[in-house]
Parts: sequence; C-alpha cells; structure tokens
Amino acid sequence: MGTILKLIAKRLATGLVVLWLVSLIIFSGLEFLPGDLAQEILGQSATPESLAAFRKELGLDQPMHTRYLKWLGGVFHGDFGKSLSNQRQISELIGVRFANTMFLASLAAIIAVPIALTLGILAALYRNTFFDRLINVLTLSSISFPEFFIAYILIYLFSVKINFFPSLANISPDTPLWDRVYICLLPAMTLTLVVVAHMMRLTRASIINLLASPYIEMAKLKGLKKARIILYHALPNALAPIINVVVLNLAYLIVGVVIVEVVFVYPGLGQLIVDSVQKRDMPVVQACSLIFAATYVLLNLTADILSIITNPRMLYPK
Amino acid sequence: MSNLRKLEKLVSAGKMSRREFMGAAIAAGVSVTMAGSIFSSVAEAAPKQGGHFKCGIGAGSTTDSLDPATTLQTYTQMINNGAYNYLTEIDNHNKLIGELATSWEASKDAKTWRFKLRKGVTFHNGKSLDADDVIASINHHRGKDSKSAAKPIVKAVKDIKADGKETVIFELSGGNADFPFLMSDYHLPILPAKDGKINATSGIGSGAYIIEKFDPGVTTHLKRNPDYWKKGRGHFDTIEHLVIADVAARTNALQTGAIHAMDRCDLKTVHLLKRNKKIEVLKVVGAQHYTLPMNATVAPFDNNDVRLALKLAIDREALVETILRGYGAVGNDQPIGSAQPYYAKLPQRKYDPDKARFHLKKAGLGSLKVELAAADAAFSGAVDTAVLYKEHAAKCGIDITVNRVPNDGYWSNTWMKKPWSMSYWGGRATPDWMFSVAFAADAEWNEGFWKHEKFNKLLVEARAELDEAKRAQMYAEMQKIVSDEGSVIIPMFAAYVPALSKKIGHDAAISADRDMDGTKAFERWWMA
Amino acid sequence: MTQPIKTMGESTDAVPPPIRETSRFKNALQELKKAPLTAKFGLLVISAYIFVALFAPLIAPYGESQIVGPEYEPWGHFVLGTDNLGRDMLTRLIYGARNTVGIAFVTTLFAFFIGGSAGIFAAILGGWVDSVFSRIVDILMAIPQLIFALLLLTIFGTSIPVLIGIIAVLDSTRVFRLARAVSQNVVVMDYVEVARLRGERIGWITLREVLPNITAPLVAEFGMRFCFVFLLIAGLSFLGLGLQPPTADWGSMVRDNATLISYGDITPLLPAAAIALLTVGTNFVVDWFLHKTSGLKS
Repeated sequence: MGTILKLIAKRLATGLVVLWLVSLIIFSGLEFLPGDLAQEILGQSATPESLAAFRKELGLDQPMHTRYLKWLGGVFHGDFGKSLSNQRQISELIGVRFANTMFLASLAAIIAVPIALTLGILAALYRNTFFDRLINVLTLSSISFPEFFIAYILIYLFSVKINFFPSLANISPDTPLWDRVYICLLPAMTLTLVVVAHMMRLTRASIINLLASPYIEMAKLKGLKKARIILYHALPNALAPIINVVVLNLAYLIVGVVIVEVVFVYPGLGQLIVDSVQKRDMPVVQACSLIFAATYVLLNLTADILSIITNPRMLYPK
Repeated sequence: MSNLRKLEKLVSAGKMSRREFMGAAIAAGVSVTMAGSIFSSVAEAAPKQGGHFKCGIGAGSTTDSLDPATTLQTYTQMINNGAYNYLTEIDNHNKLIGELATSWEASKDAKTWRFKLRKGVTFHNGKSLDADDVIASINHHRGKDSKSAAKPIVKAVKDIKADGKETVIFELSGGNADFPFLMSDYHLPILPAKDGKINATSGIGSGAYIIEKFDPGVTTHLKRNPDYWKKGRGHFDTIEHLVIADVAARTNALQTGAIHAMDRCDLKTVHLLKRNKKIEVLKVVGAQHYTLPMNATVAPFDNNDVRLALKLAIDREALVETILRGYGAVGNDQPIGSAQPYYAKLPQRKYDPDKARFHLKKAGLGSLKVELAAADAAFSGAVDTAVLYKEHAAKCGIDITVNRVPNDGYWSNTWMKKPWSMSYWGGRATPDWMFSVAFAADAEWNEGFWKHEKFNKLLVEARAELDEAKRAQMYAEMQKIVSDEGSVIIPMFAAYVPALSKKIGHDAAISADRDMDGTKAFERWWMA
Repeated sequence: MTQPIKTMGESTDAVPPPIRETSRFKNALQELKKAPLTAKFGLLVISAYIFVALFAPLIAPYGESQIVGPEYEPWGHFVLGTDNLGRDMLTRLIYGARNTVGIAFVTTLFAFFIGGSAGIFAAILGGWVDSVFSRIVDILMAIPQLIFALLLLTIFGTSIPVLIGIIAVLDSTRVFRLARAVSQNVVVMDYVEVARLRGERIGWITLREVLPNITAPLVAEFGMRFCFVFLLIAGLSFLGLGLQPPTADWGSMVRDNATLISYGDITPLLPAAAIALLTVGTNFVVDWFLHKTSGLKS
C-alpha cells in the first residue's frame, strides 16, 4: 500500500504542475482572442477614450506578463481576485455555481452509471440476442442526437405535453433538496441519455473481449453458469477500461454540460465560463478552468489507482 | 345600451369577469365578437395592482453589472427601467414626455437647456431628488476617467450646473434641438448622489421597483416601490426577471407557464406559437434595422456605382418574407423608419438585376467578386441573409463569397474591420441621433467609413434648427443622400416580436422604441 | 468506411502466412455470407452512405444551396419538403452525408492515429515518456473541450482543415487514455515480458503483441468517437462556429430546425435520424468484428 501512497503523492505534485500549465494556456488563449473585456462590454458603443478609461480602471493597460504574475501571486495567497466585469468576489461568484454543477453531475451519475453497467453486463451475457440488439439500437440512437435536441424532445414530452416536470431548472441556494431532485430530473435524464451508451458499449466490449481467454474457457469447462462466469471471472479483469470510461464520463458530466445548462437555464459553472470567455473576464475564466482542471486531475488519479487495485501487476512495470 | 355602459364600468373596475360580461352583454343584444372586443378594450384600460410577474429575456450575461454606464442588453435595460427614472421618457405612443423633469426650455441657439425637476420624488433609500443628483448622475458618464458607453451622447455637454434645488442647466458645445430626447437614453438614469458622486452599482434609484437580489446572468428579483411617485404605473407586487438565452427554452417556459413574457420569439416557429390560445404574440415595427456596411474607403466599395449595384442586387421583399417571416418591413438604405419623426417617403428601391448590371458596367466592371463577413452575432438570421443575398446577387453578375466568422468577438474583430460585414441598429428616437451616431463623418461608429460633405453640413445645421418645417425638409434631403450615395445597405426593418401570456395586460399602444414596450414592461404591464 | 476495420482486423491474424489475393477475397466473401443479419444490415447502411456521399451531385435533385421554393414546404412536391430558406430538404440531407461523414471519418482517423499510437508507446515505454505524454494529455483534457475548441477556432478560423485538425487533437486525448489503459493491462502480461527479454524491438512488440490484444476495445471506441465528432460539430454550431455556410452538415441542420420539435414537428428528426442510422449501422459491424476477434463460437 505504501507504493500506492507514494504514487498518489507524486501524482498530486504533477497535478499542481498541470494546473499551473492550464492557467498559462488559458491566459495566453484569452490574450490571443480578438478584443478585450473593455471592448466586449462596451460593444458597439466603444470609443477610444472610454476604452482607455475602462482599461485603466481594470488594469488592462498593463503588459500581459505583469497581469499574469499579479494574478498568480494572488492565487498563491488564496485570492482568486474579482470578476472584472462586475467586481464580485470569485469565491462568492463560483461557490454556489460549483455546488450546483456537482449536484447535477452527481444526480446524473447516480442514474447513469448503474444503468450503463447493468445494461452492459446484460448485453454481454445475452450477446447477439434480440435483447442485446435492442439495447444497442436504443442507446446508440440516443447518443446520435445532439444533447440540446434530446433536451428539447424531453421537454416537449414531459413538460409541454403532460406538464409533469418543469422546463426550467433555475434552482436557487434555498431550494429544498427534494425539490432540487425533482426540478433537476429532466436535465439529469438528458445527461443520462448522453453518457449511458458510451459506458454501456465499452462494458460490453471489454467483457466480451475476455470471454475467449483460457481461464474463462476453463471456467466454462468446469460447467459454471454464464452469469457467474461473467460477474466473478470476466468482470474483475475488465474493470480497468470500464473504470476509465466511467471516469471519463463523470468528468464530462461536470465539465461538459454547458449546453444542457443553457437549455434548462441551470445556474452552473458551464454558462459562467462561456459568458466569461465571451467577455474576456480573465479571473473568472481562470478560476472556472482551474476547478475543471482539478476535477480532471483528481478523477484521473482515482481511475489510475482503481485500475492498479484491479490489476496490481501494473504497479511494477519492468 | 345604457346597460352596456354599466357593464363596462364593472369590468373596468375589475369587478366582472370576461365570462360574466359576455353573458350579460349578449343578453343585451350585442354580438359575440363585438362583446369580446368591448371587453378587451375596456378591461385593457383598467390596470390592476398585484401579482408576481415572471419574465424571460434572451440577451443577458453573467458578466452583467448594475452600473448604468455599462448597460448593454435588453435584460439590464429592463432592470434600469424598473429601478431607475430618467429626466425624460419616451412614452408608449413614442412621444417624448417628462419623467423626473416636468418641463424644459432651450435658448434660441439650442445651446443652453434648463430642466425643471419634479417635486416630491424620493429614492429607495429615502433621499429626496434634487439638482445635485442629476449633475452627479450625468457626470458619471463624462470626463476623462469615465468608461461609460454613453460618453458620445454626453460629449456635447460642456457644463452642468444647478439653479437652486429644482433646476438643472446644461451648456452644450453646439446647438441641439433634440437634447431632451438624449436624456431618455437608458444609460442615463438619475441615481442619488452623495458628496457629488453616485454609487453606480448600488441599484438604488427612484423607479417603480426596488432591486432585492441581482444574480447576473441568472435572475433578478424586484419588489414594488410603495412610495412610487408616478400614477398609474408599476402594478406588479413582485417580479422575477430571468435570463433564458436559448429561444426554444424561452418558448417552452412561456408555454408551460413558467414565465409570463419573453422577448425575441423564434421567427421560424412563431406561426406555431400563435396557435396557442393562451399566448399573445406582439409585432412592433420600430426603428430597429439590419445593415450591411461597406467600407467606402476601400475598393471596390469606394465607387458609388458598385454600391448602387449591390443595393439593387438584394431582394428585400424576399428577405423580409424569409428571414423575418413577415415580422418587419423593407428598408430603403436609410435608417429612419416609417413610424419615426421626419420620415421621408422616398421611392422604394427594388430588386433589379438589369439596373444592377448597368451600374456595374458604369463602374467599368463586367462582373464583381466580393466577400461578405457574416455571423449571427450581428443579428439573428444574419448568416441566412448572407446566403440568400448570395443567390440574389448571382443573378446580377455579382459573386458574393459568404465568410461566416465566429460570433465570439464579432464586434471587435469583424465589424468595421472587414471591408464588408453585417450589423444592426436598435435605432434612435430622432434622425439627428441616428445620423450622428452612425453616419456623421466623425462618428465613432460610422460603420460605412462614409464622408459626405453636404450631408455633414446639413446634419449640423438641422441639429440647431428650431423651425420644424425647415428641419423636416433638411432631414428629407439627408435621407435621400444616404439612400442614394451612402455606403450602408439597409435591406430591412425588423419588428420586435415579444410574446406574453394572456394573463398579462397592457395598454393598446406598445412603444416601438426598443423591445418589451420600450424595455419598460415592468412599469407599464399588469396582471389582468 | 470498412477500411480501418479491415486493416485492424488484418493485424489480428498476423501469424498465418500470406494468402494470395483471390483466396483472400473469397475468404472475405465467405465470412460475409456467414455474418449475422445485423452486420449485413450495418454494411448495407455504410455502403449506402458511402455511395450517397460519393455521388451526391448526381443523386440530389437540386443544387446544394439552391433555393427551390417557399420555406417550410410540407412533404410532397419536394419529397421531404423545404428548409427554413426554401432549400430542398432531401438535397441538403444528401449533401450533408458527404460533408458530415467525410469530415467525421477523417477526423476520427486522425484522432485514432495520434491518440492510439501515443497511448501504446506510453504504455510500452513507461517511465518519462509515459509521464510526459500523460501530462500533456492531462492538460489538454483538463480544459473543457467545448471551451478549448471555442478558443482555438476563434483564434485560427473555421476552415475545414483547421476544424478537422483541432477536433482530431482534442479527441485524440480521449483515445490516448483508453489505448494506454488497455495496453498497460497487456504490457504486464507474461508473454510481453518474454518478448522484451528476447530483445524484440518496440515496433515489433507494438504490432505483434500489443495491438492485436487491444484492437477490440479500440474498435469499439472508434464506433463511438465517430459519432461524437458529429455531435461536437453540432455543439459548435450552437456556439456559432461549425462549418461555413451554405455547406450542409447534419449537425447544423438539426440545430437550424431544432425549435420545431417543441411543436411536435418532426423535420429536425430527419438529419438526427440520418446520424443515428449510420451510428447504429457502424456499431453493428463493430459488434460483428468484436465477436469475430474474441474467438467466441457462440
């Protein structure tokens, strides 16, 4: 176990380097985008004079590296700065939205992961039967539709037609938990439809891939039941790729939900980062990006550790 | 019929429902349709107080701020108009009336303006309005350190001073007969001053509603100001003001009753939305127009014959039909709309491939190949407009390459940077304002890079002209010059198309000056 | 379409001696005859799409951006009606096949080439190569895909090569993680150890030992990724990026007509169904292939 701890420590250290590099890339990316915050906010009404005044007020007139170092220095002191456009503290701006994003992602994951794994295992068990085909056709069709379109269809069916779920998921911090779950079910269902197919297909493929292995053949010869072979013999060895794809999709649920947020008017991080990129609000974009990046680093680390636990030989390469 | 009069009174007092009225009126010998229209007209005239109004607006962002200096889109404009008042107001009949100013008068040269302030107005924080508030509020947009988007509007203000507590005097650098109109601009609300400065982001004003919570890009909660001075305005108890960027989400929310009103209907599906009996779709043609500015300093656009050929190569009727689905009117390459003051009825330019070819030939060209930069950031349907225009122009020997550019950064990267791009104007209340902003030689947003000596001379003269007839004649001439020689193609005027639940009442007249009843829906509408 | 699957398939039976072309063709035909109905259906769909894509100008009744009538004509005179600008829907769908499938296919190929090879090398070589590759991928993945695409496309423009390049690189990170994970499982197997001890070159180990054993999950992923590229392009058109008009692509066609679905109008379902049919078809073939490579008899 000591080796694993060491690995974690090492990975966390490199994770910090990743975060720093991400902040650098995002910063320079924003710099390369045409226009700056002053221009984007004033839009058609910008005049050279008001632009200059605006830039001076926000410190945008300083050279690029000065601004970056100033921002970085603040981060080291735990201060992510203020939103340039409306002067709100980043922590206050992002706190609630981050919680909302995590809530929706968790809700979707709680629904999607068990469904995907169960369907994947069942499909492997009853492979090439009508059942297998049906599940495949359904899940594949569901991911062939762009997510905003799935959302529209769900809203049409469940909200416009039968008025069972609200079409807006504009929760606020004082919405009670059960109301939240109810309000967020439609967006969570949309996300579920988006991610289930991918996880289910890979689970199925990984298990089938192992079924021809000698040890499975052996188990078959011993006369074990199909279900038992798959659950106790194939599944444990197929876990590494499954864990990877699950983690990838969990990350997607946190990071990639911009469009679902827009359609359901859900106050999460995705909408915030898109707006802030459009207005070149650097501190907000940076803070959101770092949260997303940290999420990725942590989830990836989890995936790697889980993979190692399922196949300890990976700890000793060479 | 006197019975009917009695019934009408009951309705206008809100004491009789539609069903009761219909029953009684039909019994009195009135036809069903007649009774219905009587009910609507009477009930309409009788605003009721109370209710919780939920409003969904497309254009709002998490980067919005309460500072009126950076107010950008409909969402924040509506907050401004809910929470603040201005010196003047453009009412729902598109007439200029006083708001915080009760009256105003100009010197003979229209350079000095005296505004008399309303008595007994208090701000949400209890302070009562005086001249210092007005001075501080306007100064917020003036001077070197101001970042205000309204800077060009107040550029001509040389000095502001108080004459007692109830009079403010503006000194302008040049005569401007339209100055009171400028004071209704949504950037220029009057906020309470402290030590000669306003707190621009406090959200405290003298408006019909008090801001309770402002969460940019998400929601704003407002509640009625119990001490509001204006009679017959500000009816809702509370307002929930939402940003719903996606038009389908907005429409669904309206259909499911999650909101009572929305702006900018999806024109592709508005005919389907209209089938919903519980929803009213408004069509307000005002000054909003879509433009295709050409850079007149760059070849081939420096040749007026080329510009005329391009103006003749666009099928305006087809665009209004297809892009606006009939929700608009054809434009005539000049920015003054038919409902606006000083509109001159010039002969309408039509799609004419032969004439276009003639002008091309006159310019010494057999054919023409030009690039048009388009993005839906310019206006909804801009890319489709460009694609259609390409097809129209192909029949005139003009090959247009449509270059779709990203929405992101469109105004800073493409508009007025590429030789030919697309743009829109919400329009301005007066011709002078519109011309000064986008056509004057020295205007910051002279998007056509167009300099016309006679036009610019007329512009200055007309501005200071207090004789209405002379003024009208000058503006007519200017419209003709812009239409025939300008470097902006103005193919269409787009209507504002908001939709609202039938539960919401409003006056028969809806302001054409900006969307959502002049962005004053909070103050003007009510729960029927 | 069948090409990548075939080449990957070949590497699995790399052990038998070379077979003459004619018998190989016969073999393939025989395999095809034995294929389950679903696989045949999948192949049929894929061939039909390729045919349509290749001969679009011949099949389509009108020009790609030609305005043929009033907007939103119902089905009938124009087989599938007209779109929001009065262009023939069927024509747009046919041209859409060419643009969408072509771009998605090329992009996915690139993504797999970059991500797959990097992932396998990282697993075999381990050490600093693995660390460097993994960190680069971590960084690329740590930035939300849509946001990153937005940044890059705004900076570099939205021409088709740029679009393909950017999506391929962003997508390759996902392939990398999968390829690396499954390769790692294989690399620690005894037979790879043996090969290493024998002193085999890295290319040999990759082609003979690792690739054959990870083909299945990679091919399964290919079937998925292919579809995700459509969706990413659709998502980009949501942000106003996507392909240059008047080029028809299914993702944008769904977007352009999407609001109609709120009134129960099924027009936007057409391009979405076109995507779905291809996805299902492709994945049926992938399933068949998985079944074959797994060596299972039932």
